[in-house]
Amino acid sequence: MRKAEFLIEWGLFGCALLSIATTIGIIVVLTIETAAFLEEVPVADFVFGTEWTPLFAMPRFGVLPLVTGTLLVSVIAMLVALPMGLLSAIYLSEYADERLRRTVKPILEILAGVPTVVYGYFALLFVTPLLQRVIPGMSGANALSPGIVMGLMILPLVSSLSEDAMRGVPRGLREGSYALGATKMQTSLRVVVPAAFSGITAAFILAVSRAIGETMIVAIAAGQQPRLTLDPTVPIETMTAYIVQVSQGDTPQGTLEYRTIFAVGMLLFIGTFGLNLVSAWLRERYREEYA
Amino acid sequence: MSAAVASGMARRRGADTAFQALALLVLVVTLGALATLIWDIVADGGGTLSWSFLTSFSSRRASQAGIWHALTGSIFVVLVTAVLAVPVGVAAAIYLEEYGGRSLTARIIELNITNLAAVPSIIYGLLGLGLFVRTMGMGRSVLAGGATLALLALPVVILSTREALRAVPKSLREGSYALGATKWQTIWHQVLPVAAPGILTGLILALSRAIGETAPLITIGAFAFVTFAPDSIWSPFTVLPIQIFNWVSRPQVEFHANAAAAILVLVTLLLSLNAAAIWLRDRYQKGGIS
Repeated sequence: MRKAEFLIEWGLFGCALLSIATTIGIIVVLTIETAAFLEEVPVADFVFGTEWTPLFAMPRFGVLPLVTGTLLVSVIAMLVALPMGLLSAIYLSEYADERLRRTVKPILEILAGVPTVVYGYFALLFVTPLLQRVIPGMSGANALSPGIVMGLMILPLVSSLSEDAMRGVPRGLREGSYALGATKMQTSLRVVVPAAFSGITAAFILAVSRAIGETMIVAIAAGQQPRLTLDPTVPIETMTAYIVQVSQGDTPQGTLEYRTIFAVGMLLFIGTFGLNLVSAWLRERYREEYA
Repeated sequence: MSAAVASGMARRRGADTAFQALALLVLVVTLGALATLIWDIVADGGGTLSWSFLTSFSSRRASQAGIWHALTGSIFVVLVTAVLAVPVGVAAAIYLEEYGGRSLTARIIELNITNLAAVPSIIYGLLGLGLFVRTMGMGRSVLAGGATLALLALPVVILSTREALRAVPKSLREGSYALGATKWQTIWHQVLPVAAPGILTGLILALSRAIGETAPLITIGAFAFVTFAPDSIWSPFTVLPIQIFNWVSRPQVEFHANAAAAILVLVTLLLSLNAAAIWLRDRYQKGGIS
Protein backbone atom coordinates (compact mmCIF):
# COMPACT_ATOMS: atom_id res chain seq x y z
CA MET A 1 0.00 0.00 0.00
CA ARG A 2 2.64 2.40 1.06
CA LYS A 3 4.78 1.40 -1.92
CA ALA A 4 1.93 2.14 -4.37
CA GLU A 5 1.43 5.56 -2.81
CA PHE A 6 5.13 6.24 -3.20
CA LEU A 7 5.15 5.16 -6.86
CA ILE A 8 2.12 7.33 -7.64
CA GLU A 9 3.74 10.39 -6.10
CA TRP A 10 6.90 9.90 -8.16
CA GLY A 11 4.88 9.28 -11.32
CA LEU A 12 3.01 12.55 -10.81
CA PHE A 13 6.29 14.32 -10.06
CA GLY A 14 7.69 12.99 -13.33
CA CYS A 15 4.79 14.55 -15.23
CA ALA A 16 5.43 17.88 -13.49
CA LEU A 17 9.11 17.66 -14.44
CA LEU A 18 8.10 17.35 -18.10
CA SER A 19 7.44 21.10 -18.10
CA ILE A 20 11.06 21.69 -17.13
CA ALA A 21 12.07 19.27 -19.91
CA THR A 22 10.07 21.39 -22.37
CA THR A 23 12.02 24.50 -21.41
CA ILE A 24 15.31 22.62 -21.65
CA GLY A 25 14.21 21.18 -25.01
CA ILE A 26 13.51 24.66 -26.38
CA ILE A 27 16.86 25.97 -25.18
CA VAL A 28 18.82 22.95 -26.50
CA VAL A 29 17.19 22.91 -29.96
CA LEU A 30 17.62 26.68 -30.39
CA THR A 31 21.20 26.66 -29.07
CA ILE A 32 22.45 23.81 -31.27
CA GLU A 33 21.17 25.36 -34.49
CA THR A 34 22.10 28.91 -33.50
CA ALA A 35 25.65 27.83 -32.65
CA ALA A 36 25.98 26.17 -36.06
CA PHE A 37 24.63 29.36 -37.65
CA LEU A 38 27.08 31.55 -35.77
CA GLU A 39 30.00 29.41 -36.93
CA GLU A 40 29.35 30.68 -40.43
CA VAL A 41 28.07 34.15 -39.66
CA PRO A 42 29.95 36.34 -37.13
CA VAL A 43 27.79 37.43 -34.17
CA ALA A 44 28.43 41.11 -34.84
CA ASP A 45 27.25 40.78 -38.47
CA PHE A 46 24.08 39.07 -37.25
CA VAL A 47 23.16 41.39 -34.38
CA PHE A 48 24.26 44.74 -35.84
CA GLY A 49 23.92 44.15 -39.60
CA THR A 50 21.38 46.35 -41.33
CA GLU A 51 20.59 44.10 -44.30
CA TRP A 52 18.63 40.85 -44.12
CA THR A 53 18.75 38.98 -47.44
CA PRO A 54 19.45 35.32 -46.55
CA LEU A 55 17.55 33.98 -49.56
CA PHE A 56 19.55 35.99 -52.12
CA ALA A 57 22.51 34.74 -54.14
CA MET A 58 24.75 37.08 -52.12
CA PRO A 59 23.20 36.59 -48.68
CA ARG A 60 23.42 39.15 -45.87
CA PHE A 61 22.51 38.20 -42.33
CA GLY A 62 21.95 41.46 -40.45
CA VAL A 63 18.90 40.92 -38.25
CA LEU A 64 18.22 44.60 -37.44
CA PRO A 65 15.54 45.08 -40.14
CA LEU A 66 13.55 42.18 -38.68
CA VAL A 67 13.99 43.59 -35.17
CA THR A 68 12.86 47.09 -36.12
CA GLY A 69 9.94 45.61 -38.07
CA THR A 70 8.88 43.65 -34.99
CA LEU A 71 9.27 46.68 -32.71
CA LEU A 72 7.39 48.99 -35.10
CA VAL A 73 4.32 46.74 -35.21
CA SER A 74 4.53 46.11 -31.45
CA VAL A 75 4.70 49.84 -30.63
CA ILE A 76 1.61 50.50 -32.77
CA ALA A 77 -0.19 47.60 -31.08
CA MET A 78 0.73 48.97 -27.65
CA LEU A 79 -0.50 52.46 -28.56
CA VAL A 80 -3.89 50.84 -29.09
CA ALA A 81 -3.93 48.17 -26.40
CA LEU A 82 -2.44 49.99 -23.39
CA PRO A 83 -4.58 53.14 -23.12
CA MET A 84 -7.76 51.41 -24.29
CA GLY A 85 -7.14 48.34 -22.14
CA LEU A 86 -6.43 50.44 -19.06
CA LEU A 87 -9.51 52.65 -19.58
CA SER A 88 -11.79 49.67 -20.04
CA ALA A 89 -10.26 48.07 -16.94
CA ILE A 90 -10.92 51.25 -14.94
CA TYR A 91 -14.49 51.33 -16.20
CA LEU A 92 -15.12 47.66 -15.39
CA SER A 93 -13.42 47.82 -12.00
CA GLU A 94 -14.53 51.23 -10.71
CA TYR A 95 -17.68 52.33 -12.56
CA ALA A 96 -19.58 49.32 -13.94
CA ASP A 97 -22.14 47.47 -11.86
CA GLU A 98 -21.95 43.71 -11.39
CA ARG A 99 -24.46 42.93 -14.16
CA LEU A 100 -22.62 44.89 -16.84
CA ARG A 101 -19.30 43.38 -15.79
CA ARG A 102 -20.72 39.88 -16.02
CA THR A 103 -22.01 40.59 -19.52
CA VAL A 104 -18.91 42.31 -20.87
CA LYS A 105 -16.20 40.03 -19.51
CA PRO A 106 -17.25 36.89 -21.45
CA ILE A 107 -17.46 38.98 -24.63
CA LEU A 108 -13.90 40.22 -24.04
CA GLU A 109 -12.89 36.58 -23.51
CA ILE A 110 -14.33 35.76 -26.94
CA LEU A 111 -12.27 38.58 -28.44
CA ALA A 112 -9.17 37.05 -26.85
CA GLY A 113 -10.08 33.56 -28.05
CA VAL A 114 -10.48 34.38 -31.75
CA PRO A 115 -7.71 32.55 -33.68
CA THR A 116 -5.00 34.94 -34.82
CA VAL A 117 -5.34 33.86 -38.45
CA VAL A 118 -8.83 35.39 -38.34
CA TYR A 119 -7.38 38.70 -37.15
CA GLY A 120 -4.91 38.46 -40.03
CA TYR A 121 -7.78 38.15 -42.49
CA PHE A 122 -9.50 41.14 -40.86
CA ALA A 123 -6.32 43.26 -41.02
CA LEU A 124 -5.53 42.48 -44.66
CA LEU A 125 -9.01 42.55 -46.17
CA PHE A 126 -10.94 45.02 -43.98
CA VAL A 127 -8.68 47.38 -42.03
CA THR A 128 -6.04 47.93 -44.73
CA PRO A 129 -8.56 48.91 -47.47
CA LEU A 130 -10.23 51.21 -44.92
CA LEU A 131 -6.90 52.87 -44.03
CA GLN A 132 -5.98 53.20 -47.70
CA ARG A 133 -8.97 55.49 -48.17
CA VAL A 134 -7.68 57.77 -45.40
CA ILE A 135 -3.97 57.50 -46.25
CA PRO A 136 -3.60 57.50 -50.04
CA GLY A 137 -0.45 55.78 -51.24
CA MET A 138 -0.33 53.32 -48.39
CA SER A 139 0.71 49.94 -49.69
CA GLY A 140 -1.37 46.77 -49.34
CA ALA A 141 1.10 45.29 -46.87
CA ASN A 142 2.14 47.63 -44.05
CA ALA A 143 2.87 47.84 -40.33
CA LEU A 144 -0.04 50.10 -39.37
CA SER A 145 -2.98 47.83 -40.09
CA PRO A 146 -1.64 44.65 -38.42
CA GLY A 147 -0.42 46.85 -35.55
CA ILE A 148 -3.91 48.24 -34.90
CA VAL A 149 -5.58 44.84 -35.20
CA MET A 150 -2.96 43.26 -32.94
CA GLY A 151 -3.68 45.98 -30.39
CA LEU A 152 -7.33 44.99 -30.51
CA MET A 153 -6.39 41.35 -29.99
CA ILE A 154 -4.19 42.12 -26.96
CA LEU A 155 -6.62 44.62 -25.39
CA PRO A 156 -8.61 41.94 -23.47
CA LEU A 157 -5.39 40.65 -21.87
CA VAL A 158 -4.41 44.14 -20.68
CA SER A 159 -7.94 44.87 -19.53
CA SER A 160 -8.49 41.67 -17.60
CA LEU A 161 -5.09 41.58 -15.85
CA SER A 162 -5.24 45.30 -14.98
CA GLU A 163 -8.78 44.89 -13.66
CA ASP A 164 -7.65 42.00 -11.45
CA ALA A 165 -4.85 44.20 -10.08
CA MET A 166 -7.22 47.12 -9.40
CA ARG A 167 -9.84 44.94 -7.72
CA GLY A 168 -7.09 43.70 -5.43
CA VAL A 169 -6.68 47.21 -4.02
CA PRO A 170 -8.35 47.36 -0.56
CA ARG A 171 -11.68 49.18 -0.31
CA GLY A 172 -10.35 51.32 2.54
CA LEU A 173 -8.01 53.21 0.23
CA ARG A 174 -10.92 54.21 -2.01
CA GLU A 175 -13.11 55.18 0.93
CA GLY A 176 -10.36 57.33 2.39
CA SER A 177 -10.11 59.14 -0.91
CA TYR A 178 -13.89 59.68 -1.15
CA ALA A 179 -13.94 60.96 2.42
CA LEU A 180 -11.47 63.65 1.38
CA GLY A 181 -13.96 64.75 -1.28
CA ALA A 182 -12.33 63.18 -4.32
CA THR A 183 -14.46 62.18 -7.30
CA LYS A 184 -14.43 58.69 -8.79
CA MET A 185 -12.06 59.79 -11.53
CA GLN A 186 -9.60 61.29 -9.04
CA THR A 187 -9.82 58.19 -6.88
CA SER A 188 -9.30 55.89 -9.88
CA LEU A 189 -6.36 57.76 -11.37
CA ARG A 190 -4.58 58.97 -8.23
CA VAL A 191 -5.29 56.22 -5.71
CA VAL A 192 -6.36 52.94 -7.33
CA VAL A 193 -4.08 52.98 -10.38
CA PRO A 194 -0.94 53.92 -8.40
CA ALA A 195 -1.80 51.33 -5.74
CA ALA A 196 -2.18 48.65 -8.42
CA PHE A 197 0.86 49.91 -10.29
CA SER A 198 3.02 46.79 -10.19
CA GLY A 199 0.12 44.57 -11.29
CA ILE A 200 -0.74 46.92 -14.15
CA THR A 201 2.90 47.13 -15.22
CA ALA A 202 3.05 43.31 -15.19
CA ALA A 203 0.04 43.27 -17.52
CA PHE A 204 1.68 45.81 -19.84
CA ILE A 205 4.93 43.84 -20.04
CA LEU A 206 3.09 40.61 -20.76
CA ALA A 207 1.21 42.46 -23.51
CA VAL A 208 4.48 43.65 -25.09
CA SER A 209 5.81 40.09 -24.98
CA ARG A 210 2.64 38.84 -26.66
CA ALA A 211 2.93 41.48 -29.40
CA ILE A 212 6.55 40.60 -30.15
CA GLY A 213 5.74 36.90 -30.47
CA GLU A 214 2.49 37.30 -32.43
CA THR A 215 2.84 35.65 -35.81
CA MET A 216 -0.14 35.16 -38.09
CA ILE A 217 -1.45 38.75 -38.17
CA VAL A 218 1.92 40.07 -39.35
CA ALA A 219 2.61 37.09 -41.63
CA ILE A 220 -0.62 37.89 -43.47
CA ALA A 221 -0.83 41.68 -43.39
CA ALA A 222 2.65 43.21 -42.83
CA GLY A 223 4.53 41.87 -45.85
CA GLN A 224 7.72 39.95 -46.46
CA GLN A 225 10.16 42.76 -47.12
CA PRO A 226 12.71 43.21 -44.34
CA ARG A 227 13.67 46.86 -44.33
CA LEU A 228 15.10 49.26 -41.80
CA THR A 229 12.34 51.86 -41.53
CA LEU A 230 9.97 53.56 -39.12
CA ASP A 231 7.43 54.28 -41.85
CA PRO A 232 4.24 52.40 -40.92
CA THR A 233 2.77 52.60 -44.45
CA VAL A 234 5.29 50.43 -46.33
CA PRO A 235 5.74 46.63 -46.32
CA ILE A 236 8.11 45.29 -43.66
CA GLU A 237 8.88 41.91 -42.15
CA THR A 238 8.89 40.84 -38.50
CA MET A 239 11.01 38.09 -36.93
CA THR A 240 8.01 35.78 -36.63
CA ALA A 241 6.84 36.45 -40.19
CA TYR A 242 10.30 35.54 -41.47
CA ILE A 243 10.15 32.16 -39.72
CA VAL A 244 6.76 31.52 -41.33
CA GLN A 245 8.06 32.63 -44.75
CA VAL A 246 10.95 30.14 -44.66
CA SER A 247 8.77 27.36 -43.22
CA GLN A 248 6.35 27.65 -46.13
CA GLY A 249 9.06 26.52 -48.51
CA ASP A 250 10.82 23.18 -48.32
CA THR A 251 14.11 24.07 -46.66
CA PRO A 252 16.56 21.17 -46.39
CA GLN A 253 17.95 20.47 -42.93
CA GLY A 254 21.52 21.54 -42.30
CA THR A 255 21.56 24.47 -44.71
CA LEU A 256 22.40 27.94 -43.50
CA GLU A 257 18.92 29.03 -44.56
CA TYR A 258 17.36 26.38 -42.30
CA ARG A 259 19.48 27.60 -39.40
CA THR A 260 18.49 31.25 -39.81
CA ILE A 261 15.00 30.53 -38.46
CA PHE A 262 16.48 29.05 -35.28
CA ALA A 263 18.85 32.00 -34.84
CA VAL A 264 15.93 34.42 -35.25
CA GLY A 265 13.85 32.19 -32.95
CA MET A 266 16.61 32.35 -30.33
CA LEU A 267 16.48 36.17 -30.30
CA LEU A 268 12.70 36.03 -30.06
CA PHE A 269 12.87 33.52 -27.19
CA ILE A 270 15.45 35.52 -25.22
CA GLY A 271 13.43 38.73 -25.62
CA THR A 272 10.04 37.31 -24.67
CA PHE A 273 11.36 35.04 -21.90
CA GLY A 274 13.09 38.01 -20.27
CA LEU A 275 9.91 40.10 -20.44
CA ASN A 276 7.84 37.23 -19.01
CA LEU A 277 10.20 36.83 -16.07
CA VAL A 278 9.99 40.53 -15.21
CA SER A 279 6.20 40.36 -15.48
CA ALA A 280 5.96 37.29 -13.23
CA TRP A 281 8.21 38.97 -10.65
CA LEU A 282 6.06 42.11 -10.63
CA ARG A 283 2.84 40.11 -10.21
CA GLU A 284 4.37 38.22 -7.30
CA ARG A 285 5.18 41.58 -5.72
CA TYR A 286 1.70 43.04 -5.91
CA ARG A 287 0.27 39.84 -4.50
CA GLU A 288 2.48 40.27 -1.46
CA GLU A 289 1.59 43.94 -1.05
CA TYR A 290 -2.06 43.36 -0.22
CA ALA A 291 -2.07 39.72 0.82
CA MET B 1 -19.97 76.63 0.92
CA SER B 2 -18.05 79.42 -0.75
CA ALA B 3 -18.49 80.15 -4.45
CA ALA B 4 -14.90 79.09 -5.20
CA VAL B 5 -15.36 75.69 -3.60
CA ALA B 6 -18.70 75.20 -5.33
CA SER B 7 -17.27 76.01 -8.77
CA GLY B 8 -14.29 73.74 -8.11
CA MET B 9 -16.68 70.97 -7.20
CA ALA B 10 -18.71 71.49 -10.36
CA ARG B 11 -15.55 71.38 -12.45
CA ARG B 12 -14.40 68.16 -10.84
CA ARG B 13 -17.82 66.60 -11.27
CA GLY B 14 -17.77 67.62 -14.94
CA ALA B 15 -14.33 66.07 -15.43
CA ASP B 16 -15.55 62.90 -13.75
CA THR B 17 -18.55 62.62 -16.06
CA ALA B 18 -16.36 63.24 -19.11
CA PHE B 19 -13.87 60.61 -17.95
CA GLN B 20 -16.59 58.04 -17.35
CA ALA B 21 -18.02 58.74 -20.81
CA LEU B 22 -14.57 58.30 -22.37
CA ALA B 23 -14.00 54.98 -20.61
CA LEU B 24 -17.44 53.75 -21.63
CA LEU B 25 -16.74 54.87 -25.21
CA VAL B 26 -13.56 52.76 -25.26
CA LEU B 27 -15.54 49.74 -24.15
CA VAL B 28 -18.21 50.37 -26.79
CA VAL B 29 -15.54 50.80 -29.51
CA THR B 30 -13.93 47.51 -28.49
CA LEU B 31 -17.21 45.60 -28.60
CA GLY B 32 -18.04 47.40 -31.86
CA ALA B 33 -14.78 46.18 -33.37
CA LEU B 34 -15.70 42.59 -32.49
CA ALA B 35 -19.12 43.08 -34.07
CA THR B 36 -17.50 44.55 -37.21
CA LEU B 37 -15.12 41.59 -37.44
CA ILE B 38 -17.99 39.11 -37.27
CA TRP B 39 -20.13 41.09 -39.69
CA ASP B 40 -17.24 41.39 -42.18
CA ILE B 41 -16.59 37.65 -42.19
CA VAL B 42 -20.26 36.70 -42.46
CA ALA B 43 -20.68 39.18 -45.33
CA ASP B 44 -17.61 37.82 -47.17
CA GLY B 45 -18.05 34.13 -46.55
CA GLY B 46 -21.74 33.51 -45.88
CA GLY B 47 -22.51 33.05 -49.58
CA THR B 48 -19.78 30.45 -50.08
CA LEU B 49 -20.76 28.27 -47.16
CA SER B 50 -22.60 25.16 -48.32
CA TRP B 51 -22.76 21.44 -47.70
CA SER B 52 -20.44 20.75 -50.64
CA PHE B 53 -17.95 23.31 -49.25
CA LEU B 54 -17.78 21.27 -46.06
CA THR B 55 -17.45 17.90 -47.78
CA SER B 56 -15.18 18.73 -50.76
CA PHE B 57 -11.42 18.50 -50.87
CA SER B 58 -9.05 21.32 -51.72
CA SER B 59 -8.94 22.38 -55.35
CA ARG B 60 -7.01 24.80 -57.51
CA ARG B 61 -10.36 26.19 -58.62
CA ALA B 62 -11.91 28.32 -55.89
CA SER B 63 -15.51 27.43 -56.71
CA GLN B 64 -14.90 23.70 -56.29
CA ALA B 65 -12.64 23.87 -53.26
CA GLY B 66 -13.80 22.63 -49.87
CA ILE B 67 -12.42 22.05 -46.41
CA TRP B 68 -13.07 18.35 -45.69
CA HIS B 69 -9.34 17.49 -45.63
CA ALA B 70 -8.56 20.44 -43.31
CA LEU B 71 -11.51 19.82 -41.00
CA THR B 72 -10.61 16.14 -40.54
CA GLY B 73 -6.95 17.15 -40.17
CA SER B 74 -7.84 19.59 -37.38
CA ILE B 75 -9.92 16.98 -35.55
CA PHE B 76 -7.26 14.29 -35.97
CA VAL B 77 -4.47 16.56 -34.69
CA VAL B 78 -6.43 17.82 -31.69
CA LEU B 79 -7.30 14.24 -30.70
CA VAL B 80 -3.60 13.37 -30.65
CA THR B 81 -2.96 16.56 -28.67
CA ALA B 82 -5.63 15.61 -26.14
CA VAL B 83 -4.33 12.06 -25.70
CA LEU B 84 -0.81 13.37 -25.04
CA ALA B 85 -1.46 16.56 -23.08
CA VAL B 86 -4.46 15.73 -20.89
CA PRO B 87 -3.12 12.85 -18.73
CA VAL B 88 0.31 14.43 -18.28
CA GLY B 89 -1.10 17.90 -17.62
CA VAL B 90 -3.67 16.72 -15.09
CA ALA B 91 -1.05 14.54 -13.33
CA ALA B 92 1.41 17.46 -13.14
CA ALA B 93 -1.32 19.70 -11.73
CA ILE B 94 -2.23 17.09 -9.09
CA TYR B 95 1.41 16.89 -8.06
CA LEU B 96 1.83 20.66 -7.77
CA GLU B 97 -1.46 21.25 -5.97
CA GLU B 98 -1.67 18.22 -3.67
CA TYR B 99 1.91 17.05 -3.13
CA GLY B 100 4.32 19.85 -4.03
CA GLY B 101 3.43 22.31 -1.31
CA ARG B 102 5.82 25.23 -1.03
CA SER B 103 9.01 23.25 -1.67
CA LEU B 104 11.68 24.91 -3.78
CA THR B 105 11.31 22.35 -6.60
CA ALA B 106 7.57 22.95 -6.77
CA ARG B 107 8.09 26.72 -6.88
CA ILE B 108 10.65 26.46 -9.67
CA ILE B 109 8.32 24.21 -11.68
CA GLU B 110 5.50 26.68 -11.07
CA LEU B 111 7.50 29.70 -12.25
CA ASN B 112 8.62 27.68 -15.26
CA ILE B 113 5.04 26.81 -16.22
CA THR B 114 3.88 30.42 -15.94
CA ASN B 115 6.75 31.37 -18.22
CA LEU B 116 6.07 28.58 -20.72
CA ALA B 117 2.45 29.70 -20.98
CA ALA B 118 3.71 33.05 -22.32
CA VAL B 119 6.35 31.73 -24.76
CA PRO B 120 5.29 32.61 -28.34
CA SER B 121 3.61 29.65 -30.05
CA ILE B 122 6.00 29.81 -33.00
CA ILE B 123 8.88 28.88 -30.65
CA TYR B 124 7.04 25.62 -29.91
CA GLY B 125 6.94 25.14 -33.67
CA LEU B 126 10.74 25.40 -33.81
CA LEU B 127 10.99 22.91 -30.93
CA GLY B 128 8.64 20.52 -32.75
CA LEU B 129 10.64 20.90 -35.96
CA GLY B 130 13.97 20.22 -34.29
CA LEU B 131 12.76 17.52 -31.89
CA PHE B 132 9.81 15.62 -33.37
CA VAL B 133 10.13 16.15 -37.12
CA ARG B 134 13.94 15.85 -37.45
CA THR B 135 15.56 14.23 -34.40
CA MET B 136 12.81 11.70 -33.67
CA GLY B 137 12.08 11.22 -37.35
CA MET B 138 8.31 11.63 -37.19
CA GLY B 139 8.31 13.67 -40.38
CA ARG B 140 5.52 16.15 -41.07
CA SER B 141 2.91 13.79 -39.66
CA VAL B 142 -0.26 14.13 -37.62
CA LEU B 143 1.73 12.72 -34.69
CA ALA B 144 4.41 15.42 -34.94
CA GLY B 145 1.73 18.12 -35.18
CA GLY B 146 -0.26 16.72 -32.26
CA ALA B 147 2.86 16.36 -30.12
CA THR B 148 3.92 19.95 -30.86
CA LEU B 149 0.50 21.29 -29.92
CA ALA B 150 0.51 19.06 -26.81
CA LEU B 151 3.64 20.80 -25.52
CA LEU B 152 1.98 24.14 -26.28
CA ALA B 153 -1.24 23.18 -24.49
CA LEU B 154 0.45 21.59 -21.48
CA PRO B 155 1.04 24.78 -19.41
CA VAL B 156 -2.56 25.90 -20.01
CA VAL B 157 -3.92 22.48 -18.98
CA ILE B 158 -1.78 22.49 -15.81
CA LEU B 159 -2.75 26.03 -14.81
CA SER B 160 -6.50 25.50 -15.29
CA THR B 161 -6.50 22.07 -13.61
CA ARG B 162 -4.73 23.52 -10.59
CA GLU B 163 -7.37 26.19 -10.32
CA ALA B 164 -10.11 23.54 -10.36
CA LEU B 165 -8.32 21.49 -7.68
CA ARG B 166 -7.82 24.57 -5.52
CA ALA B 167 -11.58 25.20 -5.51
CA VAL B 168 -12.19 21.87 -3.72
CA PRO B 169 -12.73 22.65 0.00
CA LYS B 170 -10.05 21.48 2.41
CA SER B 171 -12.65 19.95 4.75
CA LEU B 172 -13.43 17.29 2.13
CA ARG B 173 -9.82 16.10 2.19
CA GLU B 174 -9.65 16.21 5.97
CA GLY B 175 -12.85 14.20 6.29
CA SER B 176 -11.38 11.55 4.05
CA TYR B 177 -8.12 11.41 6.01
CA ALA B 178 -10.08 11.15 9.24
CA LEU B 179 -11.74 8.00 7.91
CA GLY B 180 -8.30 6.52 7.34
CA ALA B 181 -7.94 7.03 3.60
CA THR B 182 -4.47 7.47 2.15
CA LYS B 183 -3.48 10.56 0.21
CA TRP B 184 -4.03 8.98 -3.20
CA GLN B 185 -7.33 7.40 -2.14
CA THR B 186 -8.46 10.86 -1.03
CA ILE B 187 -7.42 12.44 -4.33
CA TRP B 188 -8.90 9.71 -6.51
CA HIS B 189 -12.20 9.14 -4.67
CA GLN B 190 -12.94 12.58 -3.20
CA VAL B 191 -11.02 15.43 -4.82
CA LEU B 192 -11.05 14.45 -8.50
CA PRO B 193 -14.81 13.70 -8.79
CA VAL B 194 -15.63 17.07 -7.25
CA ALA B 195 -13.09 18.93 -9.38
CA ALA B 196 -14.00 17.07 -12.59
CA PRO B 197 -16.37 19.65 -14.15
CA GLY B 198 -13.86 22.44 -13.48
CA ILE B 199 -11.02 20.38 -14.94
CA LEU B 200 -13.11 19.54 -17.99
CA THR B 201 -13.91 23.22 -18.57
CA GLY B 202 -10.20 24.06 -18.56
CA LEU B 203 -9.40 21.16 -20.89
CA ILE B 204 -12.00 22.24 -23.42
CA LEU B 205 -10.64 25.80 -23.42
CA ALA B 206 -7.03 24.62 -23.78
CA LEU B 207 -7.88 22.29 -26.66
CA SER B 208 -10.00 24.87 -28.45
CA ARG B 209 -6.99 27.18 -28.32
CA ALA B 210 -4.91 24.40 -29.90
CA ILE B 211 -7.47 24.05 -32.73
CA GLY B 212 -7.01 27.74 -33.57
CA GLU B 213 -3.21 27.60 -33.69
CA THR B 214 -1.52 28.16 -37.04
CA ALA B 215 2.08 29.26 -36.63
CA PRO B 216 3.61 26.22 -34.86
CA LEU B 217 2.12 23.84 -37.42
CA ILE B 218 3.40 25.91 -40.35
CA THR B 219 6.82 25.88 -38.71
CA ILE B 220 6.94 22.08 -38.53
CA GLY B 221 6.20 22.09 -42.25
CA ALA B 222 2.47 21.41 -42.49
CA PHE B 223 2.00 24.07 -45.17
CA ALA B 224 2.42 21.66 -48.12
CA PHE B 225 -0.48 21.31 -50.53
CA VAL B 226 -2.32 18.41 -48.88
CA THR B 227 -5.58 17.49 -50.62
CA PHE B 228 -6.60 14.37 -48.76
CA ALA B 229 -7.90 13.51 -45.31
CA PRO B 230 -5.38 11.91 -42.93
CA ASP B 231 -5.94 8.18 -42.32
CA SER B 232 -3.30 7.46 -39.67
CA ILE B 233 -1.09 9.31 -37.23
CA TRP B 234 1.73 9.04 -39.77
CA SER B 235 -0.16 10.84 -42.55
CA PRO B 236 0.81 14.28 -43.72
CA PHE B 237 -1.95 16.72 -42.88
CA THR B 238 -3.26 20.23 -43.02
CA VAL B 239 -5.58 21.99 -40.57
CA LEU B 240 -8.33 24.59 -40.91
CA PRO B 241 -6.25 27.63 -39.83
CA ILE B 242 -3.49 26.72 -42.32
CA GLN B 243 -6.04 26.29 -45.12
CA ILE B 244 -7.41 29.73 -44.22
CA PHE B 245 -3.89 31.22 -44.28
CA ASN B 246 -3.26 29.56 -47.65
CA TRP B 247 -6.43 31.05 -49.15
CA VAL B 248 -5.92 34.52 -47.64
CA SER B 249 -2.41 34.65 -49.09
CA ARG B 250 -3.66 34.21 -52.65
CA PRO B 251 -4.37 37.27 -54.76
CA GLN B 252 -7.71 36.06 -56.22
CA VAL B 253 -10.83 37.41 -54.54
CA GLU B 254 -12.72 34.09 -54.92
CA PHE B 255 -10.23 32.41 -52.61
CA HIS B 256 -10.75 35.17 -50.04
CA ALA B 257 -14.44 34.25 -49.95
CA ASN B 258 -13.38 30.64 -49.34
CA ALA B 259 -11.14 31.81 -46.50
CA ALA B 260 -14.02 33.72 -44.91
CA ALA B 261 -16.31 30.70 -45.20
CA ALA B 262 -13.66 28.48 -43.60
CA ILE B 263 -13.28 31.07 -40.81
CA LEU B 264 -17.03 30.83 -40.21
CA VAL B 265 -16.69 27.07 -39.77
CA LEU B 266 -13.65 27.42 -37.49
CA VAL B 267 -15.17 30.14 -35.33
CA THR B 268 -18.50 28.28 -35.05
CA LEU B 269 -16.60 25.19 -33.90
CA LEU B 270 -14.61 27.17 -31.30
CA LEU B 271 -17.64 29.12 -30.06
CA SER B 272 -19.62 25.92 -29.51
CA LEU B 273 -16.71 24.47 -27.56
CA ASN B 274 -16.47 27.67 -25.51
CA ALA B 275 -20.21 27.70 -24.91
CA ALA B 276 -20.00 24.10 -23.68
CA ALA B 277 -17.18 25.07 -21.33
CA ILE B 278 -19.09 28.07 -19.96
CA TRP B 279 -22.23 25.94 -19.52
CA LEU B 280 -20.21 23.39 -17.57
CA ARG B 281 -18.67 26.10 -15.41
CA ASP B 282 -22.05 27.64 -14.59
CA ARG B 283 -23.60 24.30 -13.70
CA TYR B 284 -20.63 23.57 -11.50
CA GLN B 285 -20.86 26.92 -9.70
CA LYS B 286 -24.57 26.45 -9.09
CA GLY B 287 -23.80 23.03 -7.61
CA GLY B 288 -22.69 24.91 -4.51
CA ILE B 289 -19.18 23.47 -4.30
CA SER B 290 -17.39 26.76 -3.78
